[in-house]
Order: sequence, then structure tokens, then C-alpha cells
Amino acid sequence: MGDLVQYLVTGVGIGCAYALTGSGLVVIYRVTRVVNFAQGSFAVLSALTVTTLLAAGLPHGLAEAIAVLLGGGVGALTGLVAIGKPGTTPQSALIVTLGLGVLAYAIEILLWGDQPRSFGGLSGSVTIFGARIQTHYLLIIGVTAVVLAGAAALFARTDLGRALTATAADPYAARVVGIDVLRMGLLAFAVGGALGGLAGVLVTPVQQVSFDSDVALVVNGFSAAILGNLTRPALTLAGGLLLGVVQALVGGYLSTAYQTEVALLFMLAVLIARAGRRDVVEAA
Amino acid sequence: MIDVEHLTVRYGAATALDDVSMSVADGEMVALIGPNGAGKSTLVNTLCGLLRPAAGRFTVRGRLALVPEGRHLFAPLTVDENLRLGAWRSRDRSTGHIYELLPSLGPLRRRTTVGLSGGEQQMVALGRALMGRPDVLVIDEMSLGLAPKVVADLADHLRARNATDGLAVLLIEQNARLALDLCSRAYVLEAGRVTVEGRSADLAGDPAVAAAYLGLEV
Repeated sequence: MGDLVQYLVTGVGIGCAYALTGSGLVVIYRVTRVVNFAQGSFAVLSALTVTTLLAAGLPHGLAEAIAVLLGGGVGALTGLVAIGKPGTTPQSALIVTLGLGVLAYAIEILLWGDQPRSFGGLSGSVTIFGARIQTHYLLIIGVTAVVLAGAAALFARTDLGRALTATAADPYAARVVGIDVLRMGLLAFAVGGALGGLAGVLVTPVQQVSFDSDVALVVNGFSAAILGNLTRPALTLAGGLLLGVVQALVGGYLSTAYQTEVALLFMLAVLIARAGRRDVVEAA
Repeated sequence: MIDVEHLTVRYGAATALDDVSMSVADGEMVALIGPNGAGKSTLVNTLCGLLRPAAGRFTVRGRLALVPEGRHLFAPLTVDENLRLGAWRSRDRSTGHIYELLPSLGPLRRRTTVGLSGGEQQMVALGRALMGRPDVLVIDEMSLGLAPKVVADLADHLRARNATDGLAVLLIEQNARLALDLCSRAYVLEAGRVTVEGRSADLAGDPAVAAAYLGLEV
């Protein structure tokens, strides 16, 4: 029982990072129709930045906040390069983000080297149903819940969120009513960057990060987002949590070697199921 | 309100508008009629700042709002949310005055626009444009695909706004009879050039215009 609870809580914690990464992908895709393959880089860049800021003497909290803001800024810059030129198609922009992800590797190795890094998170542990859980996992879950609820409220309850939705739905009409479509796209990239940065900052105390950690994050985040068709945040959250929990259970009861394969199989199963359903709809 | 002088707009090598001049005075209702591909929507998009002219110039005094061809409502949003975005450039985004002007929208305010009839959608598009409290309203193909009763209702609303608030209107229409009935002046645009212009009553009596656009032998 204790083991199961531990796997569940740690799985939900890691799943939160996938959900945040996936939500960043969803925000960007919803507004710009661009699948941002640099999404994992925001997490790595922010996490590595925290290690430097803490080493420079900045206190916890401030260092993480600056790193998340940096993620947002880098997100906006990525957006500027990817969609800033008028007439860039989402497919071209996707390739640009892929290239920027590779460029990020070079910058990260140059600045931080190629060895994994970490930093201390919330210390202490709590006992839940007989399982000792690191308190930091609860912090990850709590912060993710608050941030994703805030993001949902932004889209559902504010005119800015409606303008972002409107831009995604009909860019021409958005321009007609005076919405700056490019600015909305850059804002989406900035929000996506901050969400990615937050994922990296939250998860690094329990999982070391290196320059190529973006692959696991983006594969899992993309898998989560695919469950929601890249447009539905609630399903992305559910997908991220499910992936995290399944991976924790596989890692705990079988082997940690199969964790990424679980994500890929999950994504494959969803794609096959969705393609089958579309065939049925089209046949009807 | 709108002054267009020798405007030329090109898409690559193709010339969509060729040396077009026209105007809409304060509080005036002006029609722009012409066949498909004449350049009507190109002119609209240029006036709204969505296209850049290759030559010539235009000025718009006051606030301009557009009801685009095909409505272009925001499908995932409700009627009320669509209206609010019509005032995106303004701080005051309260929608109450639109429901007073267009009472038929009141019961629809919480519905998304997908399930609405064509007439209801056009009314939302009109309301969204009026949200910006425009001085001049440009309406691109208002009557397209709508029942005559719905078109008559929309025309009545425009007359009322023109009479009450002095709203200037540039009506781009393939339905020349409606356009000439509603507006005091009209331009005929063909292959990117203004071929005929004048008072609507005179144009309705012009044999060439009547034969080409009103289906009449004069």
C-alpha cells in the first residue's frame, strides 16, 4: 500500500511537469497553429538558470521566479523568430522551432556544460497512508493546480483570453476587430515559454536536468497534448497526470528503462484510436 | 468620412484596383455595386488597413468598422463574447446598448454563434461592428444568402442608425436593387475600375446599369 501511494503521488508530481509542458504546447498551438518543438528547451533553460542564480546567492523563490520569466521571454523570442515574418506557414514555423531547439543545446552546453545539474527544492517529507513522500512533490502539484486554473480562467473569463481564442478561430476576423494577431501569437509563445520554464523549475529538485532533458519532457508533454487534440487544456492535464502515474507504476513495479516507451506507446494508441474514429465519421 | 484618391492595389502582378477614386461624406449612405471579382472586397480590406495600396491614397476620418463578407464570427465564443471583442480597441466593452439597438440578440447572448441562422449571424456581425461606436460602417455583402425579410430588417436597422446617430455607411452589394434603394449615392466597380457613379435614382434609370445589375430593360 505504501509503495503504491508513493508511486501515485510521485507519478502525479512528474505528470504535472508533463501537463505544464503540454499546456504550453496547447496554448501556442491554439493561437498560432504551430507545434512548438522547442517547448522542452524552455524547461531546461529555466532549470539551468536557477542553478546559476542560486549559486550566485539569490534566494529560493526569487531565483525560480526570474527563471520562469526568462522562459516566457525566450518563448516570446522563439515566437518572433518562428512566426514574426508575415506569411510564415505553421509547418515552416514548426521546422524553425526544431532548429531553435538544437541551437538551445549548443547554448546550454556552452554555458552549463553537458553534465546533469540539480538544486534543492522544498525540504522535508510527509507521511501519507504509510508512504513517505517528499514535500516537494506536493509543492509541484499545488503550484501546477493554481497555475493551470489561472490559465483556464485567463482564457474563459477575460477579454484577453477571448482575443487569444478569437485569433485562433479566425485570424482575419480578429484583424477586422482590431486585434493584433502577431502580438497575440507572441503572447501565446510567451505564456507557453513560462509554462515550460515552470515545468523545468518545479521538476529539477526531484529529477536532475541536463541539456538534453527536453526530449523526455517534450515527448511526454506532446503525448499529453495529443490526448486533447492539441487544443483542450483539461484533457492535456489528464493526459499528463495519467502518463506520470503510469510511468511511475512501470518504473516502480517493472523497470525504469521502459518509462519513455510507455509515453510513446500511449501517444501511438491515441493517434490510432483517433484515426479509426475519423474513418468512421468520414464513412458515415 | 472616407476619401479615396487614385487608389491602385495589386496582388503580385495582378491589379485588383486600378486608379479608383470615391468618397463617403459625413452621415451619407453610399453603395458600391459590381460583379464578383470587381475588386469590391479588395477596396474594403484596403480601407480597413489589411492591404497596402501600390499607388494613390485614402483617408478615413473617425472610427471605421467592418461587417465582413461571410460574417466571420468567432465560432467558439458566445454572442456576447463576440460583441465584446467588437470593442477590442476601446476600454468600454459593455454590450447593453447593442441589445437595445438589436433586441433580437438579447435571447441569444449566451449561445455560441455556430447554431444561429444566417440572419441571426448577420445581426451579430452588425452588432459586433456597432460595438466600436463607429462613425462609418462598411458592410460587405450584407444580403448574401439571407431571406428577403431578414435583409429588410437589417436595412431598417441601418436606416435607423443613419437617421438617429448620423452613421455613415458604405454598402458593398451584389444586390443592386437593395443597394440603390438604401443608399443615396452609388458607384459601379467593374474589373477594378469605377465605371459609373452618381445619385442612386439616376443610376437606377441608367439603361446600362439597369440592364446589367437590376435585370431591367429600360
